[in-house]
Amino acid sequence: MQKTLKKYFAVFTLPTLLAFSLAFIVPFVMGVYLSFCKFTTVTNAKFVGFSNYIKAFSTPDFLNSMLFTVKFAVVAIVTINVFAFALSLLLTRKIKGTNLFRTVFFMPNLIGGIILGYIWQSMINAILVKYETTLVANATFGYWGLVVLMNWQLIGYMMIIYIAGLQNVPTDLIEAAEIDGASHWQTLVKIKIPMVMSSISICLFLTLSNCFKLFDQNLALTNGAPSKKTAMMALDIYTTFYNRSGFEGVGQAKAVVFFIIVAVIAITQLVATRSREVEQ
Amino acid sequence: MKKKLISALLSVAMVSTLLVGCGSKAETPAADATEAAGTESAETATQAAGTESTGAGQVYYMNFKPEVDQVWQDLAAKYTEETGVPVKVVTAASGTYEQTLKSEIANANAPTLFQINGPVGYQNWKDYCADLKDTELYSWLLDKSLAVEGEDGGVYGIPYVVEGYGIIYNNAIMDKYFAMDGAKAKSVDEINSYAKLKEVVEDMQAKAADLGIDGVFASTSLTPGEDWRWQTHLANIPVFYEYKDKGISDTDNLEFTYSDNYKNIFDLYVNNSCTAPGLLGSKSVDDSMAEFALGKCAMVQNGNWAWGQISGVEGNTVTEDNIKFMPIYTGVKGEENQGLCTGTENFFSINSQASAEDQAASIAFVEWLFNSDEGKAAVTNDLGFIAPFSTFTDAEKPQDPLAQEVIKYMADTSKTSVAWNFTSFPSQQFKDDFGAALLEYTAGSMTWDDVKALVVERWAAEKAVAIKE
Amino acid sequence: MRKSKSTRVSDTITFIVLCALVVLFMVPILFIIMNSFKGKLYISDNPFALPTAETFARFVNYTNGIEKTNFFSAFGWSLFITVFSVIAIILFTSMTAYYITRVKSKLTTAIYYMFAFSMIVPFQMVMFTMSKLANSLHLNNPWGMVLLYLGFGAGLSVFMFSGFVKSIPLEIEEAAMIDGCTPLQTFFGVVMPILKPTAITVAILNAMWIWNDYLLPYLVIGVSTKYKTIPVVVQYLVGSYGAKDMGAMMALLVLAIIPIVIFYLACQKYIIEGVVAGAVKG
Repeated sequence: MQKTLKKYFAVFTLPTLLAFSLAFIVPFVMGVYLSFCKFTTVTNAKFVGFSNYIKAFSTPDFLNSMLFTVKFAVVAIVTINVFAFALSLLLTRKIKGTNLFRTVFFMPNLIGGIILGYIWQSMINAILVKYETTLVANATFGYWGLVVLMNWQLIGYMMIIYIAGLQNVPTDLIEAAEIDGASHWQTLVKIKIPMVMSSISICLFLTLSNCFKLFDQNLALTNGAPSKKTAMMALDIYTTFYNRSGFEGVGQAKAVVFFIIVAVIAITQLVATRSREVEQ
Repeated sequence: MKKKLISALLSVAMVSTLLVGCGSKAETPAADATEAAGTESAETATQAAGTESTGAGQVYYMNFKPEVDQVWQDLAAKYTEETGVPVKVVTAASGTYEQTLKSEIANANAPTLFQINGPVGYQNWKDYCADLKDTELYSWLLDKSLAVEGEDGGVYGIPYVVEGYGIIYNNAIMDKYFAMDGAKAKSVDEINSYAKLKEVVEDMQAKAADLGIDGVFASTSLTPGEDWRWQTHLANIPVFYEYKDKGISDTDNLEFTYSDNYKNIFDLYVNNSCTAPGLLGSKSVDDSMAEFALGKCAMVQNGNWAWGQISGVEGNTVTEDNIKFMPIYTGVKGEENQGLCTGTENFFSINSQASAEDQAASIAFVEWLFNSDEGKAAVTNDLGFIAPFSTFTDAEKPQDPLAQEVIKYMADTSKTSVAWNFTSFPSQQFKDDFGAALLEYTAGSMTWDDVKALVVERWAAEKAVAIKE
Repeated sequence: MRKSKSTRVSDTITFIVLCALVVLFMVPILFIIMNSFKGKLYISDNPFALPTAETFARFVNYTNGIEKTNFFSAFGWSLFITVFSVIAIILFTSMTAYYITRVKSKLTTAIYYMFAFSMIVPFQMVMFTMSKLANSLHLNNPWGMVLLYLGFGAGLSVFMFSGFVKSIPLEIEEAAMIDGCTPLQTFFGVVMPILKPTAITVAILNAMWIWNDYLLPYLVIGVSTKYKTIPVVVQYLVGSYGAKDMGAMMALLVLAIIPIVIFYLACQKYIIEGVVAGAVKG
């Protein structure tokens, strides 16, 4: 069968490969190359070695955005997962209206980042107006605004995954524990959490990658204001590219650095999950 | 195997061209309000087929001034109706002109007509600026020295409007104040220095309730993208005096020697405003103009282009004959004779990388604008431009009160106009950083010394970048 | 299972807590709906008050917002691009996944890893070069977008389909081949129906992403063509015209959410299942 199918390479794979090369492979290779070039359009590139990378790190913007991203990601990941897990525990207690609750909690996840950003921008400004200040007046507001926004968006999503995990915990295991006199807390820590470890690692990974690559929400909520203090890495790269002429190479170099960071995180995660799966 | 591969490739290619082909022909939903009706689908069809548009060219103008977007849309429609040449006008959001232009100009259907803001802008866009030396438009330009010239002597940007800005005030409210007991002045003519202005403003602020206003000044809009009145226009004044002292027209290292003067007037704006300082980060220029138009405040810093924004506000309480200009006093020695800030930062450029037909069509459109009766009428009355071209007679000057004031000040030989030196500001980035610092200053998270240091540092850094280019 | 009294009490408490949380979750949505009916000058005065006779603006904000952004056209193009991209992705990536899973060679393994690799590359990495390339190939139209989405969505989709194809026993296909089916007939007649659950998952994940995507259409299609999608017009309206028309903005946000909510309520089961499946496999 392989032999017959083999002849159909073009039919089965070419359309995808064509689009994939166009949208990904060629731009990726060009992107890596251009990060070592000075250019304004792709056609007038001139090789300049590592100078773009040096420039990227010689102004504080990029490092600041990196720091901000990390600070944001740590707090957002912890809060999102704690809240989502708590919600999933409440929603697996077989009480009335569970479906409705689940529906509502999940909904924000479907709303696009730009729209979410503007919803929260107007909400937060409406609250801050009582204190005679605004979202862009202070980087702290922007920071917590982003954290709250991402919680609102992602809690439902993570909750669904945790619910799926919790539902797979065999009920007889829990009942047995309860008969043995284990408290709620004990069953939670000793049985439920270990049993949903794989869900937890999935959720951690998803929130991590969502937070690190965050762009639309950041653009709409504060656009980095004030003074780029709330710009995350993706936004900093974008503004480097498009807000000024002559910095395209630097933007591309930042993008490569960004890519490497994201890739390292993803691979670490993958290796960690693999090794744990083997242990089990 | 090979044969099959090739045939498969061909069929894929064929199918995709078919798809693209019929796709662009089939899609003709209701014409977009912001585009020249009905021209778009034809254009895409030709582009999809991989050929450049042929025959008569078309115009795509990237507009810089959001406040007159509608006027340009109407003008474009009118021109298309008259000549059949499609004209598309797209307006970049405030503060994002360079950014929008950059992503648009790389597109297959790039703007054919755009604007640069002077020599600094020209450096960024020189790859795209066509030489306009042989155009009639250039021959009409009254003061040829205003045009942006390249190193090769070519003309790459032609100014199309002369504008002035200062403090716009509502004379009715001022008169009401002057009539009060204990007023610090009896007429606007007495206000000819920062000291006097401050005295009057602070007294007015104290009597705001009696005057029926929320504050003397309109909101100092500091929303990012809405802060150009401060980081560009107001910043021009200290830079102008520093250049004047040093006898230069540009510098790599600004000392910001007049930073205290900047602080004087800026603090006055912020502290005597109808809006609390902390809320300025949510205000737009439009908000400020609406406050002025509704009589909530007595003064607002802006230019004659803002007339449309004042007159267009619903429930406008300011009458035309009560809208006047006064110069922006900052406490500089000898400022009694200072006039308004007049100049231009609006230069038309034609995209040299557009097709020859499109370039010709764009030039024709601009020449129509500044030479035909309809065009001139629209420029003068609807856009309110004081056009620097010989084709305009004295009668063809805008009649709105602000433009009239600008013309009056320019003609008054006892006053020295402040030139628009901000065209030498290093970059949009510099202005944005300055604006962000002002926002933080009003929010209390930066001191004035920090702001001053930042201006000096960012100026030098951005100039250094520009030199390396 | 009968519940004890203490369980019932704690259930009630849980119920109340959840109800409170639901309200909290709905606040932002209710907030914009409420304000979308207020006159634009009243919104900042007292944003948390219900519209009163004085502040009520009927549908003025809606008509303004729709007019300023040509919302229905944006809706149409968003729908067009999403629907056709999803169809293209389902059709072509399932075929590709099938081929590279069934035909084992160095080439197909390499292709598989390329797709997997693309999943971890952030968009900013290829943003600039991809939009330049797309423009020089005249892809700045909805069909071009479909092609780009096929390419950029291929990574995750191929990855997910491959995972599923591996679990399909070979015997079924072999039987079909013996009956004289060509590989194409086998794929569409036998394999595709088995792939249906995965196809739904892939469709939902991609639809959610494409519908909400902002940067790719903004960079490739730009703001000057009529093909603007909903996220692009929202960003354009809010940032543009120097005037922040809060009323129109609120109305537009509500309008932008309505189709998503309808879609969600209609296909809730598939969406939630799809998201879980996607997360577990991705």
